[in-house]
Amino acid sequence: MSDMQPAPPPFRPVPPADEDALHGETMVINMGPSHPSTHGVLRLVLRIDGEVITAVQPHLGYLHRGMEKIAEGMTYNQFVPYTDRLDYLAPLSNNVAYILAVEKLFGLTVPPRARVIRVLCCEIARISAHLLWLGTGALDLGAATVFFHTFRERETLYNLIESLTGGRLTTSYTRVGGLASDLPDGWVEKLRTFTRTFPAALDELDGLLTGNRIWMKRTQGIGVIGAADAVAMSMTGPNLRGSGVAYDVRKTEPYLGYEQYDFEVPIGSTGDVFDRYLVRMEEMRQSTRILAQALEGIPEGPIAVDDPKITLPRKDRVLTSMEELIQQFMIVTEGVRGPVGEVYHAIEAPKGELGFYVKSEGDKSPYRLHIRSPSFISLQAIEKMSVGGLVSDLIAVIASLDPVMGEVDR
Amino acid sequence: MPVKGMPVRRPQTPGLLSTTYLPSIFKGMWITLRHIFRPKVTMQYPEEKWTLPDNYRGLPVLVKDDDGRTKCVACFLCEYVCPPKAITIQAREITTGVEKGPRTFDINMLRCIMCGYCEEVCPEQAIFLSKTYNLVGVSREQMIFDKEKLLEMGGVRHDPIRKWGRLLDPVGAARAAAPASEAGR
Repeated sequence: MSDMQPAPPPFRPVPPADEDALHGETMVINMGPSHPSTHGVLRLVLRIDGEVITAVQPHLGYLHRGMEKIAEGMTYNQFVPYTDRLDYLAPLSNNVAYILAVEKLFGLTVPPRARVIRVLCCEIARISAHLLWLGTGALDLGAATVFFHTFRERETLYNLIESLTGGRLTTSYTRVGGLASDLPDGWVEKLRTFTRTFPAALDELDGLLTGNRIWMKRTQGIGVIGAADAVAMSMTGPNLRGSGVAYDVRKTEPYLGYEQYDFEVPIGSTGDVFDRYLVRMEEMRQSTRILAQALEGIPEGPIAVDDPKITLPRKDRVLTSMEELIQQFMIVTEGVRGPVGEVYHAIEAPKGELGFYVKSEGDKSPYRLHIRSPSFISLQAIEKMSVGGLVSDLIAVIASLDPVMGEVDR
Repeated sequence: MPVKGMPVRRPQTPGLLSTTYLPSIFKGMWITLRHIFRPKVTMQYPEEKWTLPDNYRGLPVLVKDDDGRTKCVACFLCEYVCPPKAITIQAREITTGVEKGPRTFDINMLRCIMCGYCEEVCPEQAIFLSKTYNLVGVSREQMIFDKEKLLEMGGVRHDPIRKWGRLLDPVGAARAAAPASEAGR
């Protein structure tokens, strides 16, 4: 037994008394993947010198599901439920982004009613995603009250989403060539009421945080990234606009008729956490404006293209007519087939530019699908933003970047 | 197209009084206090439950028609379209005029994502997404719902279009039993 025992550690003399003995000695610690303020399964390996961060390395992949590969074995419509699970705080936005890329590949133009409803979906998703970011971000920094107020407002939106799509989170609302269902009765009125009451609620949230000295001290001058660095890291969305770059896909490359709506693109000046906070707060106001404008003129008409090779026939016809029955079987089993080619289409999702790259060989499923997820790219900036700061500031930086791991890991 | 951004307004540097943090505290307290007098929004679940919309997507179930006939004809379309491959069907020949029905129809509720594609593609209106959202089980075997359980959950659903009525009423049944040349018309 005695020869199995490990050798005793070599004797180490007590180091000489030196004032700088503790300085320069760094420690490597893990933050996450199950840390409450990393918002999901983000793991950050920190090298810290006391409380000061000297290096940050994000480790990803804890939520990897192989979405892009899964898409290669599915029909175009079958992949829609999977897009719900990308940025799971704005599933409607993902549905629209994916289907717009597919429709661009097919060269489809959807009816005006479907376009307006899709705009409503995108903006509802933006407001609800930003509300969650605000609530949890403030909670991370110790302002717990805000969380309850944002979740109250978010509940209104989630009830609207539930009655529109049948699911609160797993919306799966879009289909190639249109939408899964039309607006339910009374839905427009409920949303209009929300657009009237929401600005007052947002002002309250603003009052709780914007002029608050504690909030300003925790966020101002923290996590600064300049415009040039932000562009070099190809950041998009509110994270880029916080640094003062006016880039918004809704303005630069309008889709779904966004050029018809009157809205502003808020930009920050210094690129700190506070600027990103102010930009997102203003974006919620602008989204409410877009919602109000879109609700004014929802055109009547169909919600999907009338093409027997693309959309499913009406159910009563399927039950009574042989041709529609065959059409139903053909569309489901043979899928909707696109031309040979490749497209990229991006929308301004709540987190930034969400793009889908679809390569088709004319089959019922894409040959290759790539998802350009904004959170994944924003995370690159985390080292630039937090090195030299304190560990507690890193919490503010993560909250302000608003990464969603479902989208980062795909 | 160059975009003209709207710079957000950063609040002024706080004055001397705010270094005491008191104005921020009182402002926050005032906003919070006002909510005491507003209607409560918290729902006391499970004593109180919310009303689900008609198109709510809960657990998928199989239904029977007014005559008590299992409507599924085992066409395998739902099994084919199901994105997470939760449905497993085995078909059998049945003696009524419909000719084909499910021998087994299993839905693995651990896989099901309640996307509603099965309901959307079903050419017989035999499978629906119910409003059941409570899903409990203590083993994986329990979570695979078989045909009997799905039919029990689904019950009877009145259908305005009786697709197989011609074959199933007495006249239609007699016609179905007639020689093939006549039935083919």
